[in-house]
Amino acid sequence: MEETIRFKLNGKKTELTTDPDQTLLWVLRNQLGFTGTKFGCGIGFCGACTVLINNEPVRSCMMPVSGAAGKSIVTIEGLAKNGNLHPLQKAFIEHDALQCGYCTPGMIITAAGLLKKNPSPTRQQIIDGMEDNLCRCGAHNRIIEAIQTAAKEMKGGK
Amino acid sequence: MKKTESNPGMKRRSFVKLMGGGIFIFFQPWSILDLSALPADQARSLSKDYNAFIRIAEDGTVSCFTGKIEMGQGIITSLAQMMADELNVLLEKVKMVMGDTDLCPYDQGTWGSLTTRSFGPNMRAAAAEARAVLLELASSKLGVPPSQLEVKEGIVVDTKNPQNAIAYGQLAKGQKIEKFLDVKPSPEDHTKFTYMGKPYKHSDAKLKVTGEAKYAGDLKLPGMIFARILRPPSHGAKLSSADVSGAEKIEGVQVVRDGDFIAVVSENRNKVDEAILKIKADYTFDELKVNDRTLKDWMLKADSRVSIAKTEGDIAVGRQQSDKVFEHTYNDPYLAHAAIETHTALAAFEGDKVTVWASTQSPFGLQDGIVRELGLPREKVRVITPFVGGGFGGKAAYQQGVEAARLAKLTGKPVMVVWTRDEVFFYDTFHPAGVVRIASGMDKSGRITMWDYHVYFSGTRGAETTYDVPNATTTSYSENTKVSRVHPFGTGPWRAPNNNMNTFARESQIDIMASAAGIDPLEFRLKNLKDEKMIACWKSVAEKFGYSSAKAPSGRGIGIACGTDAGTWLAMMVEVKVDTSNGKVTVLRVACTQDMGLCVNPQGALIQMEGCIAMGLGYTFTEEVRFEGGNILDRNYDTYQIPRFSWIPKTDCVILDRMDQAPQGGGEPAIITVGAAVGNAIFDATGARLFRMPFTRERVLEALKKI
Repeated sequence: MEETIRFKLNGKKTELTTDPDQTLLWVLRNQLGFTGTKFGCGIGFCGACTVLINNEPVRSCMMPVSGAAGKSIVTIEGLAKNGNLHPLQKAFIEHDALQCGYCTPGMIITAAGLLKKNPSPTRQQIIDGMEDNLCRCGAHNRIIEAIQTAAKEMKGGK
Repeated sequence: MKKTESNPGMKRRSFVKLMGGGIFIFFQPWSILDLSALPADQARSLSKDYNAFIRIAEDGTVSCFTGKIEMGQGIITSLAQMMADELNVLLEKVKMVMGDTDLCPYDQGTWGSLTTRSFGPNMRAAAAEARAVLLELASSKLGVPPSQLEVKEGIVVDTKNPQNAIAYGQLAKGQKIEKFLDVKPSPEDHTKFTYMGKPYKHSDAKLKVTGEAKYAGDLKLPGMIFARILRPPSHGAKLSSADVSGAEKIEGVQVVRDGDFIAVVSENRNKVDEAILKIKADYTFDELKVNDRTLKDWMLKADSRVSIAKTEGDIAVGRQQSDKVFEHTYNDPYLAHAAIETHTALAAFEGDKVTVWASTQSPFGLQDGIVRELGLPREKVRVITPFVGGGFGGKAAYQQGVEAARLAKLTGKPVMVVWTRDEVFFYDTFHPAGVVRIASGMDKSGRITMWDYHVYFSGTRGAETTYDVPNATTTSYSENTKVSRVHPFGTGPWRAPNNNMNTFARESQIDIMASAAGIDPLEFRLKNLKDEKMIACWKSVAEKFGYSSAKAPSGRGIGIACGTDAGTWLAMMVEVKVDTSNGKVTVLRVACTQDMGLCVNPQGALIQMEGCIAMGLGYTFTEEVRFEGGNILDRNYDTYQIPRFSWIPKTDCVILDRMDQAPQGGGEPAIITVGAAVGNAIFDATGARLFRMPFTRERVLEALKKI
């Protein structure tokens, strides 16, 4: 049975009629066209599908779309504002903190959630916060440095 | 896209027609590509046609066509650097067109760290030819001889009258010049490089941090459906019966069947995940009686084809000259590639032609696979490779692309196949497990006198002796499939195919000998090395690391290893901390120096070294595919642990300046020494020696008990 579900997606009111048991990941990708959020393992182990829901990083492959009803979702496409990249996006480019790029949206979104909670994390706190996001290419140290740089810039801007 | 002629690849004339005006440089790939390396199943009837390499468009854009693909290794950046340098154009004027079987020259696949060392020089030769054509055109336009012209940022300038100038784009305007490349690539004067040798960041980074970069699974076509395919529970199992009625009952799901090939399709991805579980299937089993625990003995006893890879001197003489003889056996397991993007493909027919967008390291291999399995003529199959989310050798296989094409034919709709993580583990072409047995000897002075090396079932890449040994033999034992199977499932290349294992065995054995001789491990190696390149790597890395001499075990936890891979030489030093209470080993820092000849993009190459070291920690500490016969027991990242943030040490990498030499491989070499260096460091810290990878906590504790 299809249902009408409403939520805020990247700041915009969104309404769609769909199978409420479909995972948020496949709805975002296939019905709404937000393909920056990736499928990696399907059971929440890798973090490629991470989105922010009410500012909390959530594995969208594990959540039925009905679970997001009435909430605010941010995907990688929603981080840039008015054509300006988010400080994390800029820092990932500056530190060359990616290779194949497939885990990158999940890394940046997880880091965004981390910085919302803790605007000035220590290196160890970044490691702890990112530990469950997997990168196979081995960009880890550069990702840590990019998050440190972004944290500095974000504090400076406020 | 239409093709009018029936030869492999797009015909030259239709290609030019399609692309519009400009200057084209074609080449005959068979004259310069090394076909001897081509596996038999990928051999093609050779085309007499030419494929495009370069197009200079009327707006001055330079397009570079390559059958290579981008999977994170950064060639989208480094190939553009080479092109920009040869043609004297701005880097941003170079556009890369990659992995499209209709547009790009045939390529056997992106692996073996071959892009820069093998494709690169040919591409540069084509660019040099294009530049000569442009100078000729400019010469007649500007009315001065070519020798009086120079090119700056895509503008040809009369050196005697700088006002007299013309841009490449203007020269290409209204032109349809086709040039055919017959020249051999010649080494370039590196002092004239503008882009090569300088660090550039990933040119695709912005696309990747914004989510705009398109991977195969991100594409969408009208009417597209998702598919899941019924899989056997283990390798070797054969379907005896299947009841699909449960799946058929699910609304919006269609069951597709073609013999033993059974799939469910739906517009809703979650519905196919649900439906596939509702199929009741029975199988007959034909499993090999081997598992990950019995594998080593199984291999040593198995029938095999024996070949002597290399011999020098006489092992018997070497044994007589030896004061001490060391005999040890090393082994390693099957390893999964575990790229974060699963194998994915979208296939769609337009008329009788199929186009497949696939995450693959071998677009032309996939094209051949579809030709073979669907019986289509080659010109009716086009493969396009978008960004690939990691490969490491695992996407040299392309089964998912054939499946998508097959389902598109059966359903008449565009079909998206996104393998689950479970399917990727099951069908992965694993790094082959192997065993290495070494008998080595040295004289009283610590000179190696004998090296008798035997490698079982995992291949000889990196099995060279490396050291200066008068009596040495390398013997390889490989699967004799006519007699019996050894590997219960598919195997294939995995970042530096088997060099990890060979380097682990060789460098551990060397360390054992150094310790027995009471000589510092670096001093022992230098004493037995003649290779100038390796000695230079050692000197560099020792300085970077701040190495001080001590015989092992010194208690410091420092381990070293060296090796060669893909034409590149490297040496590595690591420092570890061992918790003897629970077997946990932490790598504190790593230093690595490599000699890779001309380094086109030092930034990209450095990142590849770092990536190799990080990935190497996986095969060193945790990665091991557990199996029972044909049943793969590890099917996701919960039990198959790959490196995480907390594992990654401080890493210092050095690339030696070899601008005047031919470029060598960069995507794989630095992974080969990680296991060996860590193993030697554990010995240096504790006196415990590990002979089997990975070094799990249990195995470290076990080794500690044996001291």
